[in-house]
Amino acid sequence: MANVIFSSELQRLTGEEHTCVIATNYRDLVAELLNRYEKLTEDEILNMAVSIDGEIIHDPLLEAVSPESEVHFLFRISGG
Amino acid sequence: MSEAREYKYIGRRTIRPDGFDKVTGRANYGADLSLPGMIWGKILRSPYAHAVIKSIDSSKAEAHPDVMAVVTYQDYPAVSSGGFEPGDGPTDLCDLARNILADDKALYHGHAIAAIAARTEAAAEEALSLIDIDYEVLPPVMDVADAMQPGSPVLHEDLFTKGLAEQPEKASNIATRMELKKGDIEAGFAAAEVIIERDFYTPTVHQGYIEPHATTVRYDEDGQSMIWCSTQGHFDVRASTAKLLSMDLGKLKVIASEIGGGFGGKTTVYLEPVALMLSKKSGRPVKMVMTRDEVFRASGPGSATRSTVKIGAKKDGTITAMQAKLCFEAGAFKGSPMGPGCMTVFTPYDVENIYIEGYDVVVNKPKVAAYRAPGAPQAEFAAEMVINELADELNIDPIELRLQNAAKEGTQTVYGPKLKAVGLVECLEAAKNSPHYKQALAENQGRGLAAGFWFNIGGQSSVIINMNPDGTGTIVEGNPDIGGSRASMQLMAAEELGIDVSKLNPIVADTEHVPYSATTGGSRTTFATGMAVIEAAQDVVRQMKERAAAVWNVTVEQVDWSDGVAINTAGEDRLTAAEICQGADRTGGQISGRGNINARGAGPSFAVHLCDVEVDMETGKTAVVRYTAIQDAGKAIHPGYVEGQYQGGAVQGIGWALNEEYIYNEDGVMENAGFLDYRIPLASDLPMIDTIIVEVPNAFHPFGVRGVGETGIVPPLAAVATAVSDAIGVRMTNLPCSPPRVLKAIQDTA
Amino acid sequence: MTKTHVTTTINGEVTEFLCEPGATLLAVLRNELQLTGTKEGCGTGDCGACSVTLNGRLVCSCLVLGVEAEGAEIGTVEGIGGIDKLHIIQEKFLEHAALQCGICTPGLIVSTKALLAENPEPTEKEARYYLAGNLCRCTGYDKIIRAVMDSAEAMRGDA
Repeated sequence: MANVIFSSELQRLTGEEHTCVIATNYRDLVAELLNRYEKLTEDEILNMAVSIDGEIIHDPLLEAVSPESEVHFLFRISGG
Repeated sequence: MSEAREYKYIGRRTIRPDGFDKVTGRANYGADLSLPGMIWGKILRSPYAHAVIKSIDSSKAEAHPDVMAVVTYQDYPAVSSGGFEPGDGPTDLCDLARNILADDKALYHGHAIAAIAARTEAAAEEALSLIDIDYEVLPPVMDVADAMQPGSPVLHEDLFTKGLAEQPEKASNIATRMELKKGDIEAGFAAAEVIIERDFYTPTVHQGYIEPHATTVRYDEDGQSMIWCSTQGHFDVRASTAKLLSMDLGKLKVIASEIGGGFGGKTTVYLEPVALMLSKKSGRPVKMVMTRDEVFRASGPGSATRSTVKIGAKKDGTITAMQAKLCFEAGAFKGSPMGPGCMTVFTPYDVENIYIEGYDVVVNKPKVAAYRAPGAPQAEFAAEMVINELADELNIDPIELRLQNAAKEGTQTVYGPKLKAVGLVECLEAAKNSPHYKQALAENQGRGLAAGFWFNIGGQSSVIINMNPDGTGTIVEGNPDIGGSRASMQLMAAEELGIDVSKLNPIVADTEHVPYSATTGGSRTTFATGMAVIEAAQDVVRQMKERAAAVWNVTVEQVDWSDGVAINTAGEDRLTAAEICQGADRTGGQISGRGNINARGAGPSFAVHLCDVEVDMETGKTAVVRYTAIQDAGKAIHPGYVEGQYQGGAVQGIGWALNEEYIYNEDGVMENAGFLDYRIPLASDLPMIDTIIVEVPNAFHPFGVRGVGETGIVPPLAAVATAVSDAIGVRMTNLPCSPPRVLKAIQDTA
Repeated sequence: MTKTHVTTTINGEVTEFLCEPGATLLAVLRNELQLTGTKEGCGTGDCGACSVTLNGRLVCSCLVLGVEAEGAEIGTVEGIGGIDKLHIIQEKFLEHAALQCGICTPGLIVSTKALLAENPEPTEKEARYYLAGNLCRCTGYDKIIRAVMDSAEAMRGDA
């Protein structure tokens, strides 16, 4: 199962630091998280960047997630 | 991966393809386009830092014989509050609209209130005084600390702090509170043998691009409206302007002129939606150019900050806990770079226990814009100053202390993933071994060293490579070239195609001729648009091989591609790229490759800077006498322009550390809105800026590239301030270390 | 307002224009004569992007009135180098990657040419002080100074 780690911000909504999710892609992973945590909204998730196994991705949807994957949601950065 | 690969083009110091135009004055920048029938637009700006706009009467201005249009906030379709993404980051459309032209409140001195288009620039300027505005002046809030006080005047009655445990009932100036943590901060400090806690201040600064914002537009009711402007991202100008004027994207063409510097400050819109509305109302093309005074008062700037950093360590140098409170000024509307400030502040260190809280706070100053590694210089200044003090306290060399605690592959960041291979240790080693670090200091001199971290971002980039019938190619990209990126694109395409750089011409296309490309910013262009170039070039090679296979009547698998030549592995045949292109008419038409990507796998870049200064003890004036900038580029595509990024970032940081600041009077009016008084570094202020390019490849990029544009501005603030502190024997915790402030520090201790 | 008729020489060509009494030479060059190579960065003589020569003397064209050009010899970036052959200074700026955004470059080319005409063998310090009126925000000046010093050497070699 993929290990999903929440930022301090998201922890306020999920009530826990991390969770394990069975999913083969990012879309299914998010659907499961929204299902699992009542306070978590789709907007909240879509406004964040995600890193899957250390690779930061801005707009994932069909991104593959493996059972060993480590998934972090993080604050979206832009730059100068 | 890049280590194994021998490069033919990458790493060469080629002459940039747009160079001729730029040294002869032929290159056209934002203010260089005039159109037939064109008139001039000017903006009336608020004389108050904080005021209610009770009424605007423009009837006298409209009666002026040369005035052809007047525009205020009321001319635009109503917008609703909420997020919208013109490009890289979410923008609140309502805030964007009210920044371009004020609605019912002027929120900073220089805030745009109304715009006039007239037959001549002088007439437009003159007619501004004919607009009558009834203001109710309010007390301004000019400092983040004041703005956070419970009794402070409130800028926005509808702003409620996000990120608190409980939804607040009262509006305040704090837009967001954010928290990042790792481990157990209290246990970390309990385990420490030495704890240092200090407060820091950094002032409001400006990006200071030499070219003022400028645009020429033409509104066309039926067909295609056009905007020509100086911007880092013309697709985002299109998105914002179309949204504000309620237009289809396909009805608006944005052409990016050459850009005369941006550093983040040209990632948003100021003039374009105003000029287009003036053009719509007047029926004429409209040109608008900001004065330098307007640039300072109403564009940019970078956030002022107040921060507290507390670090605990064992006597052997092991850091056990790091804590920060970072308060960022957003200017008149929410959205400072507090988030990235929190994410970067301690990232150079592999430490168990970290706690960071950040505040995004509105004040009566211009809405801040991104400024090179937004948020990181201010945040890391505070952290690096404490690290240097800790090194002194523990009597450990500052490089050794950093090496002992350095972030490296596998370090768990506080913001999310573990780091992949990064080059901080290599940069520190390079600093330790540099001739600079071994050189003795003279009297009244001091030395400072600091590390710095910044991300680079990926995002969408689109590239088309059109091969011409003679075998030359046109690289069509959508990223304004702000510092030589055409040269990088050319080199990467040449490497991938095996076609000489002289035969490949990179052009920056308008929004009609290449698909969406995210802004040139976030150190992303050579990285992400470069990836799109590589993909487009691979698409071209694939087609070249197909054509050759067809000619030879073999399978594609039997065709090799090497150095721009197709090779028939089943025979002796060879076809050069030029020959394939010449014969393309008979093998299926012309060849064109595409790379429309959303790049991921951005690789962060670390830097270490070394600075020696000499302080005049009688005047407090500081001279930088030696400077070395060391940074991990992953792989330097064009080393000359990579060095240029290091040097440019270093010198902007030196300016920030030594001189630059917005000086306000008690009414909230900026008193130094010009280059004479807002003093950016001059040639005569500086020594040569030595550079060392470290190359630890980014595992996610085919050539190992990391973005390099921004990190270079992160270390100088602490490197310079530490050097000054070392020279005078007083720790400088407030920037800038300008002569009056340094002199006072010297005198206070005497 | 009555316009004034001005006859001047720009880059060796006799040029006539009509100008408002208050119009700067910079505005005339850019808006009347379409010589947009000369840039405006501040309009107050602080940045040097509008550097031109007036009777051989280096000036900020934003601080000169158009009417002052009467009878004068004006030199702008458009008069330096040509389609066939760049001036050595221009070549050296390109070789040394001494420009990033390029907005300050025309002014710096004009100023460097004026510097080397006055002082063919400047020290680094002399070059830095002579060019202190030309702001560059991108490069940190390192590569500019290298290009200038290299130009000086190459031009002395040519003589």
